[in-house]
Amino acid sequence: MGAAYLGETYWRRLIVFYIPMFMFLAAMLFPFYWMTVTSVKADAELYNAKAIPFLVFDFTLDHWIYLFRETLYIRWALNTLFIATVSTAISLFAGTLAGYSLARLRFPGSSTFGISIFVTYLVPPTLLFIPLAGVVSDLRLYDSPWALILTYPTFLVPFSTWLLMGYFRTIPREMEECARIDGATRLQAFVKVVLPLGLPGLISAGIFSFTLSWNEFLYALVFISSPEQKTIPVGVVSELIKGDVFFWGSLMAGALFGSVPVAIVYSFFVEHYVSGITGAVKG
Amino acid sequence: METASPTPVPPRALPAERAGQGGPSPLRRVLDLLENETVLGYTLMVPALLLILTFIAYPFGIGVWLSFSDKLVGQEASYIGVENFSRILQSQIFTRAAWNTILFTAVATVLKGVFGMWLALLLNRKFRFARFTRAAVLLPFIVPTVLSTLAWLWIFDSTFGVINWILRLLWQSEWSVLGLAVKENWGYFPAPQWLGDPILAMTSIIIVNVWRGLPFFAITFLAGLQTISPDLYDAGDIDGATGWQKFWHITLPLMKPITVVVVVFSIVVTFADFQLVYVLTRGGPANSTHLFATLAYQLGMASGNLGEGAAVALFMFPILALVIVFQLWYLRKGDA
Repeated sequence: MGAAYLGETYWRRLIVFYIPMFMFLAAMLFPFYWMTVTSVKADAELYNAKAIPFLVFDFTLDHWIYLFRETLYIRWALNTLFIATVSTAISLFAGTLAGYSLARLRFPGSSTFGISIFVTYLVPPTLLFIPLAGVVSDLRLYDSPWALILTYPTFLVPFSTWLLMGYFRTIPREMEECARIDGATRLQAFVKVVLPLGLPGLISAGIFSFTLSWNEFLYALVFISSPEQKTIPVGVVSELIKGDVFFWGSLMAGALFGSVPVAIVYSFFVEHYVSGITGAVKG
Repeated sequence: METASPTPVPPRALPAERAGQGGPSPLRRVLDLLENETVLGYTLMVPALLLILTFIAYPFGIGVWLSFSDKLVGQEASYIGVENFSRILQSQIFTRAAWNTILFTAVATVLKGVFGMWLALLLNRKFRFARFTRAAVLLPFIVPTVLSTLAWLWIFDSTFGVINWILRLLWQSEWSVLGLAVKENWGYFPAPQWLGDPILAMTSIIIVNVWRGLPFFAITFLAGLQTISPDLYDAGDIDGATGWQKFWHITLPLMKPITVVVVVFSIVVTFADFQLVYVLTRGGPANSTHLFATLAYQLGMASGNLGEGAAVALFMFPILALVIVFQLWYLRKGDA
């Protein structure tokens, strides 16, 4: 497409490209700037309607210190990390097996399974959280991290299966057949040939599942009640806001530090993430 | 099941095993069984199916039963027929929530589609820092929604929020051009209550949803744009097509399949949204900004009326089913 723009004048390019692109970037990033700036402003400046809100005149780390010392924030971070890691591992395991089975093996009912996985992929958590709360408490998992570890796969497994199914299909069947001619069993061919070749797909599915679990809110809100068991999203919203009192400084610090880990993971794997998004949609 | 395999696969036992010294070990027998395509196929599905049956299919069944019962938290339930549904349908709060959900989904999806396409077209150009820019615009989509929504809550704050700060500045500023007064200080600033007025609150919720979902549209559209052959645009150039004509007659038709898929996904997610409303308004002011999901939460969790809550949540089902059937039909059509 580059050739089409060669004849473009500087002014035209400024108006049709640089200005809109800058507006988009500013709009997409401003809330993060706002979070950061708010978290390092002293209260007197924060609650002064006359002060210029974009700048920091009275820098302080009090809100950060308060967040880490006086609240359960570190505990929530560890909970979130644990829950996201284990549920991602479970989902990758189940998703890889099911994805391979649906992509490669022919057996009666496989297309029905494929369709049911796809249908569950589109079932939103908001449809099920009330009965699921009952199931969770029947299994005596209420208020335990396992309530989330076992329920997050409901949206992670269909997603990973769908993504990996598409991924395994792109691996030439011949590679497996070669291995089998050399005496490998189906299972060995899967583990030694397909899995290594499918690694990029596994990373995409893993990164995506991890961020989805890290970000999950509704189940964590409904299935967990004690403050020390909460995850970051729920902890920040329910414990840092007391009634109508908003401690904006520490609230924004909590939002910032809850966003940074996913942003870091994401920045290392941008390409995998993007192929995860597009792959998940196209299947 | 193991005997029903239509295409018997020759056993790939090791030669030593085949020589046979008093039958294969149990482990070997299991491994041999897994050589059968049907057996292996079902076995590999087991973990996924187990999770889906326990935590999706079974709860869904319970949800249907709850919606026909008078279940309250901590009490025995009994069957009451369609009473929950008829009570809900008569409630103004529910009707309002239903319209809100439809309006919210429609407006937000259209805006995400239009702005997402625009952003994708911009990102598809060659420019310096293209990779960095692409990564940066995806940020709203990857960080925890409730956390970024908290930042928006503070942006919308009527007293200290940045939007009203800018509006106040414009309201009270005086401009003159060449000594001619263009605008005077209009005096006291009537601060808009972004989250305290039903219409403004819904607008704010839509703005945040568009902000969050836009990168998803843009990145998927971008992936679609990159598959379009440059030759087509060159052909357009030869025919003397303008930029707009090329967009309407080349880009859009070729983007149709991916647009359908992205829009369907977005509709499902937007339609079932919970977090934005929960953080920004909790359904207020006066229950005017509820969506299906937040109303279900308020009835089922906050008020403990599980039957009614489950019934409200189930109202999402027919519409989602419609979307899913459409999507399956569309995928089928593409395969044929």
